Amino acid sequence: MAAGAASGGSATTDTYKESRFWLLLPAWVVLGIFVLAPVMMMLIYSFLTKEFRGGVIWELSFAAYDQFFCDRGLFGDEPCTIEWTYIQIFWRSIWQAGAATLLSLAIGFPTAYFIATRPESQRPLWVFLITIPYWVNLLIRTVSMKFLLRDQGPLNDALIGIGLLDSPLHIVNTNFAVQLGLFYSYLPFMVLPIYAAVERYNFALSEAAADLYATKWTTLRRILLPAVKPGVIAGCILVFVPSMGSFLAPDLLGGAKNFMIGSLIEEQFKGNAGNWPFGAAASMILLTMVLIILLIFARQQAKAEKEA
Amino acid sequence: MKQMLKTGVAALALSIAANAAAAEGKLVIYHWFEYMPQELLDKFTAETGIEVTMDTYDSNEAMLASLKAGAIGTYDVAVPGDYMVTIMAGEGLLDTIAEGELQNKGNIAPEWADPSFDPGRKHSIPYQWGSTSFSVNRDVYQGDINTTDILFNPPAELSGKINMLDSQGEVTAMASLHLGMEQCSTDREKLKALNAMLQEAKGHWASFNSDTAKEVLVSGDAAVGQIYDGFGAKAREEGANVEYAFPTQGYVVWMDNVVLLKDAPNRDNALKFLDFLLEPENIAAVSNFARYGAGVKGVSEFLDPALATLPEANPPADAGAGVFIEVCDEQTQAVYDQIWTNLKK
Repeated sequence: MAAGAASGGSATTDTYKESRFWLLLPAWVVLGIFVLAPVMMMLIYSFLTKEFRGGVIWELSFAAYDQFFCDRGLFGDEPCTIEWTYIQIFWRSIWQAGAATLLSLAIGFPTAYFIATRPESQRPLWVFLITIPYWVNLLIRTVSMKFLLRDQGPLNDALIGIGLLDSPLHIVNTNFAVQLGLFYSYLPFMVLPIYAAVERYNFALSEAAADLYATKWTTLRRILLPAVKPGVIAGCILVFVPSMGSFLAPDLLGGAKNFMIGSLIEEQFKGNAGNWPFGAAASMILLTMVLIILLIFARQQAKAEKEA
Repeated sequence: MKQMLKTGVAALALSIAANAAAAEGKLVIYHWFEYMPQELLDKFTAETGIEVTMDTYDSNEAMLASLKAGAIGTYDVAVPGDYMVTIMAGEGLLDTIAEGELQNKGNIAPEWADPSFDPGRKHSIPYQWGSTSFSVNRDVYQGDINTTDILFNPPAELSGKINMLDSQGEVTAMASLHLGMEQCSTDREKLKALNAMLQEAKGHWASFNSDTAKEVLVSGDAAVGQIYDGFGAKAREEGANVEYAFPTQGYVVWMDNVVLLKDAPNRDNALKFLDFLLEPENIAAVSNFARYGAGVKGVSEFLDPALATLPEANPPADAGAGVFIEVCDEQTQAVYDQIWTNLKK
């Protein structure tokens, strides 16, 4: 696939060699304004001095990073020991986002497979059906979810009604509710890339495997999965990354008792703390972590392709 | 081509002129959500011909952050709470209302004419005032609720069924009343005790939520909810069997105020709007809608009669004192921020 793209690309570059700069300019301008500039601003702000109640003073300071990594006690005058608070918050977010990603994969993969194996004329309809709930605003969907899961909500009523439970299952204000909310928020980002990959898959390969006495499980594991792996990885990244920074689901479904990265950062700008440099520093650390995770994925991908 | 350019310039000039003309009749309000009846804005437009635009926010801090991030100069008026008026004045975000600029300034009720958060009412007029305490579901708990123990050291029936406001100021002020200590304390032992008490109390709480503070009480998801008195009244009117508590240890009192913002693009219209809100009939319409007190003389004849006997607005004789949230200095605030982070980590 990569080779195909490269050869196709080189033909294009030759044709437009003269005007390459001008043709790329719009893309660079868009990237510069909407990606580079905000990130640079964040980076700069994270090294500035905090102004009381929001805002920054233009003096170099490492206080934000110090606050992140150094525990100086309640009154801020003890010697530095390792600060676990924020590491714990980051770890919680990674864990929640990871669980939501696995949940999305478990439901999203069969769904994508199902759609891709429908007759070609029906597939657009199925994809359309997947996207319908997402026409509604995320906030409204999250609040609705809360009302469905409540102790006196329809789900518990139904479970008690059919005699499966005696007393309602507490789901709202638990970690599981957060994972469920994240899963529901980002499910299409899992389904669509996997669908695109499975749709391109040549099912004759599965038939050939079956002819060679491979079981269905072996065929899935050794033939289908490696072929659609790029789609699966793309889906996982698309679910994991926004889940990690999300604060709607944790606040509304998880009861906001514990900070997630997203709510911690939000608190620095919109909350009482008003500590912009610290919010920027936490964002930079989050960004760096995501970049590292993506790099690891990309390197493994490259390695796997080389071996193949 | 030249002709086209000329026409274009003319059109542009015309549209700028049109905009300027329209700007004379505009007012841009920055306000809390669900806090202003649309009919009242329509009435203002009908009386003055001024077209009103309103953006909303959901916390004092969010409003401050937005103004400091560059929205100052966009809005004419905002509606900060008591302590936020002090902060905004200190940040230089407020314009001064000169003596005589407001015709109806004399309508301000005497007890609100010279408040501690804005001495002499230089920047603000009263909007609504009320209290922050908590409501308890009487189906779940029948005992005495007029104590802060309900929030911080609850009986077994209520443990795990408590929703707190997701607001540092409201939670720590109430916690200070519970411990009988001053707000903005610098006493290390007391602060440590506050930190430890909150950590312990958190085990009894189900959630932190401000936006749905009323809904969780109505739906029964929470049996106790820290709440503003007006929201408590609305929860009761919507069918929840809840009672609003006035703890003997005290409770939080607040007042929201309409302030004139610095660099207001339509300053004259803003002043007209302030005068409009100081008319008893108009501010009474807000009280009837929001279920809070008005802070203006002569409103009683326009008020919904039910408001006069509203249990949420009439503390019993043995209630503790109502206190405003105080504004701490930077060093003290840093400790309270740390306590809040410890609570939510």
